[in-house]
Amino acid sequence: MNYFPDEVLEHVFDFITSHKDRNSVSLVCKSWYKIERYSRQRVFIGNCYSISPERLIARFPGLKSLTLKGKPHFADFNLVPHDWGGFVYPWIKALAKSRIGLEELRLKRMVVSDESLELLSKSFVNFKSLVLVSCEGFTTDGLAAIAANCRFLRELDLQENEVDDHRGHWLSCFPESCTSLISLNFACLRGEVNLGALERLVSRSPNLKSLRLNRAVPLDTLQKLLMRAPQLVDLGIGSYVHDPFSEAYNKLKIAIQRCKSIRSLSGFLEVAPHCMSAIYPICGNLTFLNLSYAPGLHGNKLMKLIQHCRKLQRLWILDCIGDKGLGVVALTCKELQELRVFPSDPFEAENAAVTEEGLVLVSAGCPKLNSLLYFCQQMTNAALITVAKNCPNFIRFRLCILDPMKPDPVTNQPLDEGFGAIVQSCKGLKRLSLSGHLTDQVFLYIGMYAEQLEMLSIAFAANSDKGMLYVLNGCKKLRKLEIRDCPFGDAALLEDVGKYETMRSLWMSSCEVTLGGCKSVAEKMPSLNVEIIDESEQMEFNLDDKQKVDKMYLYRTLVGHRKDAPEYVWIL
Amino acid sequence: MSPPLLGVEEGGQNNVTLLGSSGSMDSVCQNNAELKERNYMGLSDCSSIDSSVVTPGSDDSNVSLNLKATELRLGLPGSQSPERNPELCLLSSAQLDEKPLFPLHPSSDGHCFPSQKTVVSGNKRGFSDAMDGFSEGNFLSNSKKDVMLTPRPSSNLGLKSGSMLENLGVQPTKAKEVTNQKVVKDSPHAANETRPNHNASANNNSEAPASKAQVVGWPPIRSFRKNSLATSSKNTDEVDGKAGPDALFVKVSMDGAPYLRKVDLKNYSKYQDMSSALEKMFSCFTIGQCGSHGTLGRELLSESKLKDLLHGSEYVLTYEDKDGDWMLVGDVPWEMFTDTCKRLRIMKSSDAIGLVINGWIVELIEMEDRT
Repeated sequence: MNYFPDEVLEHVFDFITSHKDRNSVSLVCKSWYKIERYSRQRVFIGNCYSISPERLIARFPGLKSLTLKGKPHFADFNLVPHDWGGFVYPWIKALAKSRIGLEELRLKRMVVSDESLELLSKSFVNFKSLVLVSCEGFTTDGLAAIAANCRFLRELDLQENEVDDHRGHWLSCFPESCTSLISLNFACLRGEVNLGALERLVSRSPNLKSLRLNRAVPLDTLQKLLMRAPQLVDLGIGSYVHDPFSEAYNKLKIAIQRCKSIRSLSGFLEVAPHCMSAIYPICGNLTFLNLSYAPGLHGNKLMKLIQHCRKLQRLWILDCIGDKGLGVVALTCKELQELRVFPSDPFEAENAAVTEEGLVLVSAGCPKLNSLLYFCQQMTNAALITVAKNCPNFIRFRLCILDPMKPDPVTNQPLDEGFGAIVQSCKGLKRLSLSGHLTDQVFLYIGMYAEQLEMLSIAFAANSDKGMLYVLNGCKKLRKLEIRDCPFGDAALLEDVGKYETMRSLWMSSCEVTLGGCKSVAEKMPSLNVEIIDESEQMEFNLDDKQKVDKMYLYRTLVGHRKDAPEYVWIL
Repeated sequence: MSPPLLGVEEGGQNNVTLLGSSGSMDSVCQNNAELKERNYMGLSDCSSIDSSVVTPGSDDSNVSLNLKATELRLGLPGSQSPERNPELCLLSSAQLDEKPLFPLHPSSDGHCFPSQKTVVSGNKRGFSDAMDGFSEGNFLSNSKKDVMLTPRPSSNLGLKSGSMLENLGVQPTKAKEVTNQKVVKDSPHAANETRPNHNASANNNSEAPASKAQVVGWPPIRSFRKNSLATSSKNTDEVDGKAGPDALFVKVSMDGAPYLRKVDLKNYSKYQDMSSALEKMFSCFTIGQCGSHGTLGRELLSESKLKDLLHGSEYVLTYEDKDGDWMLVGDVPWEMFTDTCKRLRIMKSSDAIGLVINGWIVELIEMEDRT
């Protein structure tokens, strides 16, 4: 390999696109490290506090695309206080100062200010793509800056962000010269948009393939947009409320029929269920259907819609589909790979309309199923064992029984055997979320069988430290472990602190770990940041080592303690 | 509201009240247990609560606890002093602390899950923290819930609760509405509460269950999604007008009737059907003419309605629409009515006249605004 000139190696490396592979390549030898780093264009940073922007820029001067994740996963569920961290501004500032020609920025669970968006929009001439998932801290003013200043913008994708909506004018900020849009998703915005500006924007974007509208876009606008963009591949409908006998509806039917390329459909944020027949013509080609924000669609209307979707590969749905509806899915969607069933009434477990039966039906009818997120009222060991047998290909298996610690309702046993069957059968399992009544036994199974497991989420489970130890000892590929409300204490935490350096992060809240235990980890492992999050002011007055810690988040890092932690975060 | 909780007054009823108090303490305990005072199996503590409450041996401790509770009471006997419940809770938590942490027998599992709906969080320490962390407001409402829902846990655990239900004069539906509102209010603010109250919803085998209080961060759904569903459910079906797959149930109340009914609007295709069904339900009831479909001019319509009211029936059928306004049934087409009706009320005509007149006034004001 020494005889190859660098350019040849570089060319070879161009074909290596996955982050993992490129990371491996860079470890082979010094010259490969050098070549790899100069040719690297895309970097993924799973924890923004594991490295600093300066070091990133120093290593990868050719960086074009950066993906950053900020807050820990449990922040999605209100377990992390709002100003904990994850600010993107320092990154944008550092990148702006450098000579990096950033073209793409993808952020997840980060705090994004209008200031950062404005700086971003003005600093990178070739900036093309902004994807924000589950972020917060910005308003539509920031979006206006992006629209106005990014002359070659191709993608603006906002997914489930908390945006302060200052109503509507940001769309008008796209200049007339902007014709490069390929993807525009503003479904999460809650305010009005300038419909005329939207229509004009779509008209002058011949490459537009993905368009996801928010609730404020009414049906007649939708019809006009579809007439102007029949090349759409991905459509998110905002409001779908109208009179089935109106002219607008007829026009819509015609418009939809022209859109022969639509493969992905979502939205229906407001829906009149008796008007779904207009959609049937495109259902046959759909590979992704997301109705998880459409509680108005249920019962027979929903089932009829699904019956038209024979090519579906991914389905996101609310649990009002019911077990019967899942039966229809099982009969119809033979290509199904991913199923997500969300609760339509998160606070009333009794109203959850799906049980283990629905899951068993889908597992029987859809042998290609490999990814599951399932919120249900109850689950049985027998059902899980059946599912494991039917679908040995699971990569992601996330089960949430809405009633925490609920056992198998038939046998009153914990669900150890059921989940055990899943991990034993699904040899490629990478992500697992547990729920229901579970003892240490399930963790023994996980440690024994889940060899590929990378992410594990545990809540209200186990009897003793043994549970956590089984997992830490057994799952060699574990990268993220998040635990809440389990009886794991210092003994488990301290058994193998070196393990945490091989992982991205560990979250433990409402467990039995003490301040002393956490301090011990921090002492032994200087390459970890051990954060204690405690808003109750206990830490101020009572620094007893024996005190239990409410929330602990530890992660490996190359840059030591972060400087932007708020008052209630102690970094040991 | 809770003579049983006071315990020691009527000698003859001592046992009952002790049981009552144990039952309530039980519910409180169980409630506390739901506030994570249980061990992780959530089982042996439960059984030990059982045994500690029911066996005679522990009656003394119950009595002493009860006496203590009585001593601390600030108000008159019969008044509900909020401090009492926290006292009980703390005491019971002390009691529970002595129980072994981990269950001994898998076989004990069986009878210790009184209902499948037991909400247990399983973190012992967290409970005491939760007690510390509770704001007064939260806790007061929590204790209120305890009191109102007391009978049910007793029934679960095999204690005689029937008589207690009568003693307390509890109205389960009311409890549900109180907790509903509490829950709905709490949900957006779950962020910084330590452990918001668990409902005694574990105790709901029979009755319409009170909605579950929330554990922070559970179920694990993104807040964005939770908030979106909350707003869209506000727009579509309200608490009163829950739409099942093919049903649209709305509450029907009649002035003076002791309880409400529910009807499925999907069962009817026109006003006549609904009115005759309601007539049968509330037999001493006539609604006069409500079949008009707004074909007359607006003012004429109101006049004729007024005439009906003055000369016709004793009762009038009204409904609350999505905007919260009370309207006379019959003005709009049937489909529009089913779309917007949240609940029905059979009103006394005398009240209804007031409605009509209000409507006129609103119209007049609107007309003035426009000119």
